[in-house]
Amino acid sequence: MTDPVLDIRNLKVDFATRRGTAHVLDDVSFSVAPGELLAIVGESGCGKSMTALSVLGLIPSPPGKVVGGSILFQGRDLTKLRPSEMRKIRGGDIAMIFQEPMTSLNPVFTCGEQIAEAVRLHQKVSPRAAFARAVDMLRAVGIPEPELRARAYPHQLSGGMRQRVMIAMALSCEPKLLIADEPTTALDVTVQAQIFGLLDELRQKTGTAIVLITHDMGAVAEMADKVAVMYAGRVIERGPADAVLDDPGHPYTRGLLASIPRVDADPDTDLPEIPGIVPALTDLGRGCAFAPRCPLAVDACHAAQPRHVAMTGDHSAACIQLEPREVPA
Amino acid sequence: MFRRILRQLLYAAALILAVLVLNFLLIQLAPGDPAEVIAGEMGGASAEVMAAIRQQYGLDKPLLTQLGLYLGRALQGDLGMSYFYNRPVVDLILSRLGPTMLLVATALGFALIVGTRLGMLASRNPRGIASALVTVLSLVGYSAPVFWTGLMLVILFGATIPLFPIAGMIDVVKQGGLLSRVLDIAHHLVLPALTLGLVYLAQYSRLTRASMLEVLGADYIRTARAKGVSERQVFGRHAFRNALLPVVTVAGMQFGAIISGAVLVETVFSWPGLGTLAFQSILARDYPTVLGILFFSTLIVIIANLLTDFVSRLLDPRLAGGR
Ligand SMILES: Nc1ncnc2c1ncn2[C@@H]1O[C@H](COP(=O)(O)OP(=O)(O)OP(=O)(O)O)[C@@H](O)[C@H]1O
Ligand code: SF4
Ligand SMILES: [Mg+2]
Repeated sequence: MTDPVLDIRNLKVDFATRRGTAHVLDDVSFSVAPGELLAIVGESGCGKSMTALSVLGLIPSPPGKVVGGSILFQGRDLTKLRPSEMRKIRGGDIAMIFQEPMTSLNPVFTCGEQIAEAVRLHQKVSPRAAFARAVDMLRAVGIPEPELRARAYPHQLSGGMRQRVMIAMALSCEPKLLIADEPTTALDVTVQAQIFGLLDELRQKTGTAIVLITHDMGAVAEMADKVAVMYAGRVIERGPADAVLDDPGHPYTRGLLASIPRVDADPDTDLPEIPGIVPALTDLGRGCAFAPRCPLAVDACHAAQPRHVAMTGDHSAACIQLEPREVPA
Repeated sequence: MFRRILRQLLYAAALILAVLVLNFLLIQLAPGDPAEVIAGEMGGASAEVMAAIRQQYGLDKPLLTQLGLYLGRALQGDLGMSYFYNRPVVDLILSRLGPTMLLVATALGFALIVGTRLGMLASRNPRGIASALVTVLSLVGYSAPVFWTGLMLVILFGATIPLFPIAGMIDVVKQGGLLSRVLDIAHHLVLPALTLGLVYLAQYSRLTRASMLEVLGADYIRTARAKGVSERQVFGRHAFRNALLPVVTVAGMQFGAIISGAVLVETVFSWPGLGTLAFQSILARDYPTVLGILFFSTLIVIIANLLTDFVSRLLDPRLAGGR
């Protein structure tokens, strides 16, 4: 087994807010190996983007702060790097693409200039060579007439095209790790499939590890090697994609999977939704954060935070129902 | 693109025509016989002179014919004679235009360059020196009238620390080559330009700071950071270019106000420009000159607006497409 590119261990991030300290991330752990695709899933606000931003050291600070754990990238702890060292990694070894292609590119520079800038930040090449590289990258992500598009401003391109430009920019320095934060949410369904296809293809070609944040469980089932399920700032289940999807251990994961529309389902029946709302991150209490919404909750769930329990192989979930019980004699 | 330019030129032409008609009407509306108004300070014109004026200006003809004649002359570059200076108004204005444009351009350039940079630096550190400077400047800039700032500078640099000349544009005593003349003018320019520029410096620095703070929250700034751009470049390149857009628009809209500000400043510092001319012509009731200045300042504002539009399009490619 190869060493992981990214190995996040017990990451803890706090935000100072007016209503006290918000534990935005708590005990987040997962790892990704080269060429692997790990999907992070979970409801809105559970900390998926914060996890991604922590890896790049881009948490708004203040108010945010990494207060514990480590982010090992190729063995180096990113939380301990100086800003200048971190800057070399950003866009170089680790690249990120964002949810909003319409606003993620700078309106006053051409697409080619923006990609070329990324190239020049990480490689010693002439402006001309950097621009040529930008055109090549645009071609590689399937943009027709790349020479022309390189000279276009973002507003002259469609959303799908802009997201391709973002991907081209992210991949221009051959990153070891690509983080894609809901890269398709703002796009049409057909374009979504194209973008996912593109990411999958590039991963297989270049061996880049990908962390994909998404709500699209279909895409997860199709592409992901591993899955991390997050709830209220914690990874509550993780493991190989097949294992997590076919045999979810955590009640929340089961609820999440049940709420996916199935192609063969009767369109008139309502989707089961997980009732209740996510608790405020400022007062999570001591027990399982899911307890107020959990159909299986027992008293013990409120008392202490459940630990991760290994199910099969690398598959684990944090729920006391999985803990081996002492059978009274 | 071409149609837009055409439309703007047509619009400008219409505006110029409107100002000319307004000028004409103002002469008509002035109290008393226009001939007497025109004769004005010539002092007790005789009957023959009055008749001559009437005939020369076509005042014996119907009003519409008169308007036509006036417009015809104006378009040929004839805005009448100034009695006070006894020269064609256009000549007079053209001789004063240079110093005014020099003053306005220097003040505006200073305010824009220093103001936007200062605002940008202030946005990098809300508790830093630059930010404090912006706050103090805006307090002074907004509350102190131009002539007060001017007088303070006159007192400070004229009396307390006599570093800069406080009146005029050239030292008559000094003679020398081109370079020494340029330096002499620059030396005289410092205080008036500073006085005129300070107000706008305050405004532009504040506007830039606010605009920067807004732009810094944009998604593309996060993208820039994510690709490894240094903080310096994030502020100075990615955010600054975008933050400039509203400042340029405001500066363009204010051009008329800057010119009227120049009238005051020129008067305080006896700067030999349009402002001093306007001031003297009003006192002398030299109507053709006053109206001529009005016409020229409209022209300048129109040109400034066209320029602003052009610069905005250079800075913002979204406008360049002519959407
Ligand atoms: N500046 C802040 N101060 C306090 N809390 C914050 C701040 N920014 C974000 N949060 C909190 O951090 C939590 C995690 O946010 P994050 O953006 O990571 O969610 P997400 O899982 O990406 O959701 P989505 O699916 O909507 O993108 C949210 O509950 C949010 O309320
Ligand atoms: S620990 Fe208890 S409340 Fe939490 S998921 Fe398991 S059963 Fe539900
Ligand atoms: Mg998010």
